[in-house]
Amino acid sequence: MNKIGLISVAALTAATTGAMADELSLVCSAEQDWCDMMVAAFEAEQPDIDVLMVRKSTGETLAQIRAEAGNPKIDVWWGGTGDPHLIAAEEGLTQPSGADTSELLGWARNMADISDGRAIGIYAGALGIAYNTEILADRNIAPPQCWADLEDPRFVGEIQVANPNSSGTAYTELATFVQLFGEDEAMVKLAAIGQNVNSYTKSGSAPSKAAARGETGVSIGFMHDMVTLAAQGFPLAIVAPCEGTGYEVGAVSIIEGARNFDAAQAWVEFALRADVQSRAPEVGAFQVPSNANAQVAPESPDLASIKLIDYDFATYGSSETRERLLARWDAEVGDPNPQ
Amino acid sequence: MRNTVLLWLALGLVSFCVLPWHMTDRGITDLAWATDDIASTGLFATVAGQWWLAPTGLALVLAFVLQFAVKAPVRRAKLTLATALAGLFWMALQGLIIVRAGPRLFETVLTGEVISAGQAGMGAGAGLCALALLFVATVSLSQSGKGQGDAFVVSTIGLIVALVGIFVFFPVMHILVRAFQVDGGYSLTEFFPRFFSSDIWGLACLFGDRSCGVAINSLFLAVMTGAGTTILGLAFALIFTRTNFRAKRLLRVLTVLPIITPPFVIGLALILLFGRAGTVTEFVADLFGLEQTRWVYGFWGVYFAQLLSFTPIAFLVLIGVVQGVSPSMEEASQTLDADRWQTFRYVSLPLMRPGLANAFLLGFIESLADFGNPLVLGSGYSVLSTEIFFAIVGAVADPAKAAILAIALLTLTLSAFLLQRMWLGKKSYATITGKADSGQNASLNPALKTLCYAIALPWAALTLIVYSMIIFGSFVKLWGYDHSFTFTHYIRAFGIDLSSGRLTGVAWDSYFTTLTISSIAAPLTALVGLSTAYLLVRQKFFGKDAFEFSTMLSFAIPGTVIGVSYIMAFNFPPIELTGTSIILIIVFVFRNMPVGVRGGIAAMSQLDKSLDEASITLGANSFQTVRKVILPLMGPAILAALTYSFVRAITSVSAVIFLVSAKHNMATSFIVGRVENGEFGLAIAYSAVLIITMLAAILLLQLLVGNRRLRRADRVQQSV
Repeated sequence: MNKIGLISVAALTAATTGAMADELSLVCSAEQDWCDMMVAAFEAEQPDIDVLMVRKSTGETLAQIRAEAGNPKIDVWWGGTGDPHLIAAEEGLTQPSGADTSELLGWARNMADISDGRAIGIYAGALGIAYNTEILADRNIAPPQCWADLEDPRFVGEIQVANPNSSGTAYTELATFVQLFGEDEAMVKLAAIGQNVNSYTKSGSAPSKAAARGETGVSIGFMHDMVTLAAQGFPLAIVAPCEGTGYEVGAVSIIEGARNFDAAQAWVEFALRADVQSRAPEVGAFQVPSNANAQVAPESPDLASIKLIDYDFATYGSSETRERLLARWDAEVGDPNPQ
Repeated sequence: MRNTVLLWLALGLVSFCVLPWHMTDRGITDLAWATDDIASTGLFATVAGQWWLAPTGLALVLAFVLQFAVKAPVRRAKLTLATALAGLFWMALQGLIIVRAGPRLFETVLTGEVISAGQAGMGAGAGLCALALLFVATVSLSQSGKGQGDAFVVSTIGLIVALVGIFVFFPVMHILVRAFQVDGGYSLTEFFPRFFSSDIWGLACLFGDRSCGVAINSLFLAVMTGAGTTILGLAFALIFTRTNFRAKRLLRVLTVLPIITPPFVIGLALILLFGRAGTVTEFVADLFGLEQTRWVYGFWGVYFAQLLSFTPIAFLVLIGVVQGVSPSMEEASQTLDADRWQTFRYVSLPLMRPGLANAFLLGFIESLADFGNPLVLGSGYSVLSTEIFFAIVGAVADPAKAAILAIALLTLTLSAFLLQRMWLGKKSYATITGKADSGQNASLNPALKTLCYAIALPWAALTLIVYSMIIFGSFVKLWGYDHSFTFTHYIRAFGIDLSSGRLTGVAWDSYFTTLTISSIAAPLTALVGLSTAYLLVRQKFFGKDAFEFSTMLSFAIPGTVIGVSYIMAFNFPPIELTGTSIILIIVFVFRNMPVGVRGGIAAMSQLDKSLDEASITLGANSFQTVRKVILPLMGPAILAALTYSFVRAITSVSAVIFLVSAKHNMATSFIVGRVENGEFGLAIAYSAVLIITMLAAILLLQLLVGNRRLRRADRVQQSV
């Protein structure tokens, strides 16, 4: 019994920690290397702030800040697709940072406007098509140029795309189709493409990884993920669809009730600066920066040459529209669920 | 007995008066509290106006006084018990009502400046006070005649019930109540239609080409996996104990490899081998001129991966049991003219029932809760664990759906558990009796031996291939595409600047955190798991079945649910643990404890009770009996529990992802981040290093724990 007691005491007193002054607790939802570089650069400028950074995906982060609401352990959330940031803003889980957005491009300011300054755009990534050059050459399939090409039977069993019920990437695709073609036409087109789809994956980045390894011929996803894979040496070619495409906006938010608000505010201002955003390509992050004065890497998709549709975050980010579109997708496009 | 009570009371009083009651922002162990007026002891806080702490202190004082004031032992014990329970109850009550933001119930009555300022989470003082009160209560309970007056047994039960209650039930309830939630209220009528929907239980796949409900998919997969892993595990265990197979050592390593592998790695290796563009697929397709298919995505791929991943667990449970089957029984059977097949079929196999049942149950539950393999390979085959994950973190978060699916999953687990109990029945499986038992285990009959080899060796070969591929993958530029040799991944992850001795690799931080936390968690897990097993097998007490099931609960619930429920429960006072390493240790202990429990039960059912009785008759108390008689005979079970909890703490992903913080980041969440990012090389190099670390740790553990010697010599009869 004493033994049990002693061990319990040992467990209770095992190393623990809490927040110190001058600390900034950061959750980063962008690529790990980008997160590391940002933290190092920030700490170099602000030596008295110690940044505690952990990388989590946007879905996990949103689930965590929901569960922690009222006594948050996170101060600032940087990176990751904008929808979860907007949902957090809508649910009052984040607070306005008061940062100056005048230098930012229209789509980044737009995001700040819809969320009352709670979520501010830091980068944009366009949606695109990737294909494995070796697989398509082997099978004598002409590469796709447009969304409409994907409906062609030559791609049967070769297309992989994520399921919008679980993936934000796939929801962006759904919303993009609706805006490009109108809701009814979009569902018809998606169902036609669905005839060629071999699998609706759960995760949004999985299709492009499968295409990189030749597990599927064609994938739909964010172009910057595809660029990263291609840069590693996989035989992946990237297509900006001819009809135009939608995009995601990566965001930064300060959590409501953050313990270190001042440090968090300093981070947001830092993250919006042109010279900081210009450094992203150093670590292979090829998204388009939101600061108008930041340099755009040559590898980045040139937003000017892509026909970008005006993605309406206010409408398509709302839970009402989302539920309606997903219900229609389930009914009309649906996951065929083989076996 | 009175001295034990006094000792605990003294500890409680000292912690009430001297240790900081609440935790501070600097954590529990920080010693600056002595000079800090915010974090003061229970006594100071009471004087300073936090009057609600007083009753706990008073309970301790009152119990102390009772020890001297009341002479009749039983009356004294009953009064002490009541006082201690009242103290504990009050502690829980005040902790749950008065939180950081002030009182959350009875706001109208509880007013005043101090109370509305609220209080922080409980610290060292509160923790020790609660522990002292608990033990005072359990010792007094045994003194009053319950539990055959055995203070050790009653205290152990009390402690484990309290721990399971706080760290399993309390958090899990936070999630499960969501199933009944509708727009701000709760409703039972809404729950049933949602629970019994065809999305969950539909059987459409039996009658047409539509898909079945997720629960049916999960159930089918779990039964197949449970059966498959049990058969494979048994084949391995028989080869180990009943044959003179030459490469036993190599086999042993192969059987533990899959559990020491970070989850996604097996899936990825299977894709590279059997995927549409996989090596094996291309080879077979070229050979026979077949179309390269995507068969590995879906049920078969997941099943294949689960067999690879979970067979070692079945093996770990079964090896101890197969070893334990007494040679005397087998010899008796052979003396009675049974042949080796009959002996195996009618004597050895029935005696292995507890092992088979527990191995099946573990395989079944592991399969239900498995998340990594279905995610990587599942494709259109939806199972409960992935559906739950995406109901929590997906694009459309629906906590109610997650909770309902979690209840469906628990229903399956509970049914499997009850079926297992029925199958085992009330028979005795004791074969280790302490009586002279110098026989030899019968070797397998040739047909059975061939069968075991035929089942186990191809599997072993496959494991070998998968693991050589992983090691290979960590040394090439781009696994699966560009196979030029490189060290870059290792240098990036584990680089050391030789001139300054600084660790420049990106993986070092999480690597050391992971090792520290796992090494703390493993012995605790083994301790809690085996004590529970001891209680379940050796002691009789009220509510034992419910107790047994509750220890399985945390294992059966998918990690995602546990992770989120731990945040919901432990982010706020009274127990505020988020962002610390303690929460990681606790989640590992209570998630992995069931393996210790199952293995312990299987091993302990074989120890004849006469051994305990002999020890007790010779004047030992039950604590001494456990230490000197049972523990030494439990070697394999202890080893299994230690090994398993250590590696699970290193390889688990889904629960941990929500609980890691910047200061305490774990290897798996680091690896998963890299995989998400498409950086496979680094992730696989890190996995390879983890695999080698765990292998070394297992070998070390094996040396430390050693083999148990059941008989003068463990030998296998030479086949004649």
